[in-house]
Amino acid sequence: MSAGRYHPGDMVRVREAFPPGHVRTPYFVRGCAGEVQECAGAFPNPEELAYGRDGKPDVPLYRVSFRQSDVWHGYDGPGADTIVIDIYEHWLEPAQ
Amino acid sequence: MTIRRHHDMGGLDAGSVDASEHDYAMWEKRVDAIVKVLSTPERKLLSTDELRRGIEELGPGVYDELSYYERWISSATNILLEKGAITVDELGTKMAEVEARWTKDRESTT
Amino acid sequence: MSHDHPHDHDHDHDDAHPYQPDIEDFPYTERMVMTQALAELIVEKGICSADELREQIELMDSREPGLGAKLVAKTWVDPDYKARVLEDVGAAAAEIGIDIGEIPIKAIENTDEVHNIVVCTLCSCYPRMLIGLPPDWYKSRAYRSRTVKEPRKVLEEFGTHIADDVEVRVHDSTADLRYIVLPARPKGTEDWDEAKLAELITRDSMVGVTPARSPDDI
Repeated sequence: MSAGRYHPGDMVRVREAFPPGHVRTPYFVRGCAGEVQECAGAFPNPEELAYGRDGKPDVPLYRVSFRQSDVWHGYDGPGADTIVIDIYEHWLEPAQ
Repeated sequence: MTIRRHHDMGGLDAGSVDASEHDYAMWEKRVDAIVKVLSTPERKLLSTDELRRGIEELGPGVYDELSYYERWISSATNILLEKGAITVDELGTKMAEVEARWTKDRESTT
Repeated sequence: MSHDHPHDHDHDHDDAHPYQPDIEDFPYTERMVMTQALAELIVEKGICSADELREQIELMDSREPGLGAKLVAKTWVDPDYKARVLEDVGAAAAEIGIDIGEIPIKAIENTDEVHNIVVCTLCSCYPRMLIGLPPDWYKSRAYRSRTVKEPRKVLEEFGTHIADDVEVRVHDSTADLRYIVLPARPKGTEDWDEAKLAELITRDSMVGVTPARSPDDI
């Protein structure tokens, strides 16, 4: 599915923002750069659903792959190990 | 300046994973059912994300002291009270009634 | 502790009389009382029926790892079915009589190159409709915090060693997708039928903390 701004293969960076509230972007990946694997569809925004609002318009959701060695300082495993996280479009920006 | 909320625990240190399991108690299954029933598209009295937000707002101490489904029922009840789907008085009265009934039943069978 | 009366743990007769906690459930906790109170209130206020609550409990009781194992076993013997599972788990599950409901589940395949492991660091998202309710450890602090940063150590704690030349890929199900791992088919099962293959496919292998069982284990 290519409903949104990013496409498979795009390099993206997770925004370094730390708001309170019901955020589904884990703390540990903020500021990290990874590669878009696919767009998994578009869904109502959980940050708004959390307060009983309808979360519309739907937000594209991306599966983004990060090298573990880029996420964790001193990652104790082979360089090929990765972590894939489902991230909403408004948490991503293009990376170099 | 960063805020890490208590439930957002990926990457924190912890001990080894304890792989023991418990069978779900009936009351736990009941919590699960209540949440699912309240969140049907026809009702929308409680969404998954509202439940999660309510759990996240329990705060670090309570979050760690309560068991998984204790967190669920605490959050669900708070959300329903916020919305006025139930009133504090209704809940308080019913909880007292349930407790009295259970205490009486226990006394009558021991 | 001895009991004066026989008891069983299936006390769900909401329409006849309210649930009585089993004598072994004492001391009851505040949240057990809250649960019962809320269940009775929402029925009394007509928000839902007692039947609906009971049906929901029965629905989740009916979901257990055997359903996922049946699906995985079919992917092992039928490459076209596997392709359909990888494309759309919901549609493929429906083909074999399993309705996974509204929440999408994505299948991720273990291969010679990649071993997948699933976690939900933020709460406990899990493919319940295919494999049942999650075990305590999946929801534990230790699993949620450590799997993302030291998956190989966590795997070792489950008795699973992944070679260095195989990528360990962690999936943090943070959003609307749930994940099921398709474990690799063990060697020595070439002439096995689906039912026998399904016996090798454990819940833990579909979360990704172990591979499928070996034929030697049966």
